[in-house]
Formats: sequence, structure tokens, C-alpha cells
Amino acid sequence: MKRGPLHVHDKVIVESLHFEHLLHNLSAQGYELIAPTIRDNAIVYDRLSSSNELPSGWTDEQQGGKYRLKRRPDNALFGYAVGPDAWKKFLHPPIRLLWQAKRDSNSFQVLPEDHSCPKYAFIGVRSCELHAMAIQDRVFLSEPYVDPSYKSRRERVFIVAVNCGVAGGTCFCASMKTGPRVTSGFDLLLTEVLRDERHYLVTEIGTELGATVLAEVPNEPATEFDNHFVETILSNTTSHMGRDLDTEGIKDLLYRNYENPRWDATATRCLTCSNCTMVCPTCFCTTVEDVTDLAGQYAERWQKWDSCFTMDFSYIHGGNVRATTKSRYRQWLTHKLATWIDQFGTSGCVGCGRCITWCPVGIDLTEEVRAIRESELAATRSNPGGKDHDAQP
Amino acid sequence: MVSTSENTTVGKPASEPMLPRLYRIQRVHLETDDTFTLHLLPAQDEMGSSFAPGQFNMLYVFGTGEVPLSISSNPSDSPLLQHTTRAVGTVTKAMRRLGRGAMVGIRGPFGSSWPLEQAVGRNVLVVAGGIGLAPLRPAIYQLIAQRERFQRVVLLYGTRSPEDILYRQELEHWRGKFDLEIQVTVDRAASTWRGNVGVVTTLIGRSPIDPLNTVALVCGPEIMMRFSVIELEKRGLAAQHIYLSMERNMKCGIGFCGHCQFGPLFVCKDGPVFRFDRIEAVLGKPEV
Amino acid sequence: MMHSLESIIREHPFFQGLEDPYIQLIVECAKNVRFDEGKVLFRQNEPADHFYLIREGLVAVELMIPHRGFTTVLTAGGGEVLGWSWLFPPYRWYFDARALEPTRALAFDGKCLRTKCDEDHDLGYEFFKRFARIMTQRLEATKLQLLDLYGVNV
Repeated sequence: MKRGPLHVHDKVIVESLHFEHLLHNLSAQGYELIAPTIRDNAIVYDRLSSSNELPSGWTDEQQGGKYRLKRRPDNALFGYAVGPDAWKKFLHPPIRLLWQAKRDSNSFQVLPEDHSCPKYAFIGVRSCELHAMAIQDRVFLSEPYVDPSYKSRRERVFIVAVNCGVAGGTCFCASMKTGPRVTSGFDLLLTEVLRDERHYLVTEIGTELGATVLAEVPNEPATEFDNHFVETILSNTTSHMGRDLDTEGIKDLLYRNYENPRWDATATRCLTCSNCTMVCPTCFCTTVEDVTDLAGQYAERWQKWDSCFTMDFSYIHGGNVRATTKSRYRQWLTHKLATWIDQFGTSGCVGCGRCITWCPVGIDLTEEVRAIRESELAATRSNPGGKDHDAQP
Repeated sequence: MVSTSENTTVGKPASEPMLPRLYRIQRVHLETDDTFTLHLLPAQDEMGSSFAPGQFNMLYVFGTGEVPLSISSNPSDSPLLQHTTRAVGTVTKAMRRLGRGAMVGIRGPFGSSWPLEQAVGRNVLVVAGGIGLAPLRPAIYQLIAQRERFQRVVLLYGTRSPEDILYRQELEHWRGKFDLEIQVTVDRAASTWRGNVGVVTTLIGRSPIDPLNTVALVCGPEIMMRFSVIELEKRGLAAQHIYLSMERNMKCGIGFCGHCQFGPLFVCKDGPVFRFDRIEAVLGKPEV
Repeated sequence: MMHSLESIIREHPFFQGLEDPYIQLIVECAKNVRFDEGKVLFRQNEPADHFYLIREGLVAVELMIPHRGFTTVLTAGGGEVLGWSWLFPPYRWYFDARALEPTRALAFDGKCLRTKCDEDHDLGYEFFKRFARIMTQRLEATKLQLLDLYGVNV
């Protein structure tokens, strides 16, 4: 049913059977589709050729150190929370060639890589993930240094966002004020509705580009009722968060508690496996690796994801500044929830819960913060006249 | 010789901070048993960006790797660069084996610089420990070049033994020629050494300084800096008048790799030169 | 220009804040000394009858180590104190000391001071307070010196 042109902020209904049409339009425009799909018993982000590959009818059960897929009673396309992959896999790739160099008698030549990359269309981006992208934008796109590869990938990406209809077992975006409602940063925003035998997507236009892509897809204007239903879905998701985190004064709380015994306790559990940093959508640390061919004539520099949990992340002068597990766990948590705020103006955490789910021993950062707060309250309870700790970084 | 002109940006790196530019080794000077200085000129006849004292470059040895090294040359000799380092790790050992004419890659200059403008009209106390003299040398050159803008300029330099003294000729030159007070001390010496023996902090205690009108620039091993600051504060210097140069693991030099974090600060872009009050709280914390 | 012994003592940083009556007492134990460059002040194991307040110059405290030769462990310059072996038995020097430059100092007779401090405990307190301070400073500096801060892998 064609009507006049669509505009930014318009809301329309797209029947689920026409979703394939949208994907097809994106492909036709040269976009490589990246969407959720099931691989090795998890919902990951990978190249998609058709909507059949979406995890239709699946959901996930997540807890500390636990992730299972389960069948849903319906055919929802997006009826699950987030999996181990984050979109940073495509914007800030795990392995990237920075440049090559060729030896040339007593000299050498540096051969820069161009920053070309595919035009990606991300399908099914959640609010927490949009916030995570914005957070990484501040890392890589701020003055005085801009990462040209990140910039070009980011600028070219088309985003089909999704309002979450399901809150994950470890989700706490509501606490971090990063969801579940998507508010900005999208080309198209979908809210999936399954009711009364119907299955459709309430679609909001975010950009002119989004309008263009949607134009050829059959759609009808969304009704009052539809919009109201979206609100109901969102409020339902909000009230079913698996976790919560009190962010009140959290920066100063962590700055005051560098010597809290809780760190020692958690260090006995932490394996420094670095899963949390791999799955976290905002963790950005990298290392570089310089390699040559056997003859030593040709060299490459590769950039790779790194983790502050590794033994020699902080190596200088024959030793590691953070040698103990305790210091490394403390570094990660304090960075994510406190020093990040001083560095980039926002928290580094978006409440996606991945670090909780994918920690092999189920360390839960919401529990860690709670324990530290509790320990302070306990201290003041047992010492009512006592002085507060100085709040200093 | 190319002098700084409007086109030369001071302290601002090339537009592609992740790509090395080629510099040719003019000279390798052995300072001590394990410490050497590379004298470098740009391979291309480019203007080459100048730098501010205290800044560092990332130096690349073909196929081996990169290390962050403070620039230790005179900024007004730009585009000439000098880097002094010990040969202790894979990259610096490989660097040590390079000879005159060999090429290295340079990315930079990066980081913050010694705030000489803050010291104008005041006494300047430079406290250097070991190889910490290298990042301070460019500042000393600038202090000398603009000597009339400062009151007393004092250099206190401590190192392990007389054999480990860096820039020996220069120290003698400075001592003799300019209005610059220099005190050198070593941790240990044979009796043939006729100078001070004892840690450099003891020189601070003895130095007649006006605490209200002095800016201190401190560089050396972290413990030496911490104890030097204790002595400076005992003498009445305020934390806002003391500057340190910090060091941490670096892989990029531009705030992307995350390795150099020191509390909320990135040593590569918030430092390496820090005003003491800014890092006071983190400096004391173990394993941060 | 000749200063009286009393005024020299009064001006020396070590005695800062010491009241006049006490200064009068210790003057009797003090004398002005001068060492030429290269002169040995004392040798290890010799009786430690004095301690020195260096006024100006530089003195090396050294030790003869077999196979290594004479090694300087520390130097003391103007305003600094040299020697505390006089405080407790067996009153013998632990190290050698040699003037690296022409050096002027105040030499205090150890026995004289010990006797006066025994007689007047207030004087004793003032003296030992100052000495304790010097010793803690020296100890802290020595710890740092031992750390070999500039060694590789620091």
C-alpha cells in the first residue's frame, strides 16, 4: 500500500512477512547485512543472507555464568536479549592490519592500509548497544586523535534498532539509563508486536536514509493503539530487568574503596580469563603485534583486542604494575564504572549484563558494587561517630 | 639549517598518528655501558614537526616493534631528534644494533610538556634521577636559551655511579659557562670520585630554595620521584608547583590502546608530564 | 672575619632553636677545626672521641673493601653532621672519613658532651632530639640508596 513519502519520526506498521523485503532493499543498496543468528548454541552477530537465518522463535536464559537458548511459543524475530557478540566486532575489529612495511637496502617503506570496509547494515541493535557505540565514539572520534578506520566504518553503518520486548536475566539497562527504549542513533527502529494472531513491527523512521530504504516496503501508518502498545511492551521490559545497579555517587564510592577487602575476596574467584572484556560492548583496549616474514624483508603491524586482565598488560621495566589478580579485577571494574566517567564524561557500562553471563565463575559487577556499598554502611553502623573516608580518586 | 618557521607545528604530530615517519640515524653515541643516544634526522626533506620539552615519540625498529621514548634533544635543533635509552628489552636491544645510516620509524611527538611558562620569573629546580635526565634535557636547553626569564636555575642530578652519568660533556659545559647551579650525586662510588655520594633527595634537603617562588621539575624512577616530592614538600613547595614525568606501558601513544592508564589518566595524552596535585592521590596507591 | 665559636654554633642548622643557656654549655666542648683536601679525619676502629658539624667543604665516608678497593658510602657537606659513634660504647668509628675539599668544621668532644648531658637531662634531651632527627633522615636516605633505584629492572 503506497502512500506519500515517509519522513523522520513517522511511525508505520510493517507486517513480519514483509520484513524480508526491508532486508532485500538494504542488500540491493550495497549493504552487508549483519544480524543475530544462531551459531554454536548462542545468538551471535554474523552475515545474513535472508530473514530465515534470524533466530525466529528463540529466546535466551541468562544468569551469572550461564547462557542457554530456549524455544519460544511464538515466532518472534527478536524475542531474546543480547548474546556474547557486541557490534564492536565490526566497528572495532578484533584483528586489523594497520600497515605494512618493505625493507629497501638500509631503509624501509611504510605502506599504509586504506580504511575501506564493507558498508554494514546492523539489524537488531538494542538500546544498550547504541549507547555502547556512542561511548566508543567518544574514545575513537574525539580530538585530537581520530581512528580513521573506526570513523569510516561508523559513518557508513546503517542501523536497524530494536526496542527490547524481553529483558534478559542479567540485564540492567534501566539502572544505567541506557534502555530499554531506543531514543536516538538509528536509521530505523522496530518494536516487534505479536498479538491476536498478528505479527508486525512498529517501525519508526530515524533518518532520511531510513525513510528511503523503507519506502519500497509495504507499510501502513501506525495507530494510536499501536503506539500505546509499544509503550506497554517497553514498560513491561523495564519492570523485568534481571539485575539492578545503584549508580548514586558510584564514582566516588569506588574512588574511596581502592583498599576494600572485597577486592581480595573476588580475586579468589576471578580467573583473569578476560571473557568479560571480550564480550563487553565498550571495552576497547588493544595491543599491537609486529611481524616479519622469514627473510626479514617484509613487516606488518597488526592491531588486536587486548584485555587489562592479561598478565603483562601493564608491563614496564621488567615488571607489571598490576601483577595481582586483585589489582587487575579492581582496575577493570573501577575503570568501567568510575574512572571512565572522568575520562569520557559517561559511565563505561551500559547494563547489558554480558560480563555477568559470560563470566565462567559468575562474578556479577552489580553484586560487587552492592557489596562495597554495604561494607561502607556496615562500617558506619559499627562506628557511628567515625569519620568518613576521604573521597579522592 | 632549517629553523622553526610558521609552518612547523610545535608539539602537534603528523595527520596520521598511527603511521611511522622515517628517520635516519646520524650517529649512535654510547653514554654508558648500557645506555645510548640516537641522533636522528627525517629521511625526507620535510620540515619535520618540532616538539615541546617533555614530549615523547614512539620509535619503531623494522620488524621488531615500537617503544615510547622521551625526546632528549634541543627543540631549537629541530628537525634533529635525539633519543636516549637503555638497551634492556627486545626493541631497545635491536635498536642498539642499528648503526649510522639505518632507518627507524617515528610516530609523535605525543603528550604533555614541561610547563616552563609557569616558571617564568621564578626559580626553577630540576631534579633528575638516572635516565630521568633525558626527558629533562630539552627543558634545560630551553631554560638556558631564555635564561633571563628565570631566576635561579638549579639542576640536582642523581645516578647510580660515576660511570652512569649521562651527558657528561654537556654537564661540564653547563657548569662552566652558564648561570646554572649543578649538583651531581651518585649512590655508590670508588674513592676516586670526589663528588657527592648519597641519594639525590639529600641534595634537595641541602639546596637553598625559596619555596614560595620555585617550580620543580622532577623525573626519574617512580620511587625516586615520590621521595623527591616528599623532600620538596618538606622544604615548603606546594603541590601545584611540582611537576613529574610518569611512565606506563604504551602500545599506541594516542589514547586508543588503553595500556597507559593511571587511575583516570592516560599517561600518553594527559601526561607524561603531570602537575603533582593532579596525580597525588593515585601515585601513592599500590598496583593502580 | 673571625666569628666567635658561640656565634658559629648558634648559626649552624643543627642547633637551630637551641636556647642560649644550652649553647653556653656546649661551647665548652667545641672547637674549630680545619682539614686540608685529602686529609683523613678518622679511620675505622679508631676511638670515636668526636663528632663533627661540617661548616663548609665535603667529607667522604668510606670503607676499604677487599678486592673492591676504597668505596665511598656517603658524603657529608656544609650543614651536615658526621659521626654518631661517640654516643654509645664501644665509641669506635665504623668507617673511614676523608676530606674531599678543604673543609672547616666544629669538632665536639664526645666525652665532654656525654658528661654534660648526664648532668643536665634537659640539655641531653635537646641534643638527642636533634641527633635522632639526623639519624632518621640518614637512615631513610640509606634505604633509598640500597634500593639501587637506577639499576636495570627498577
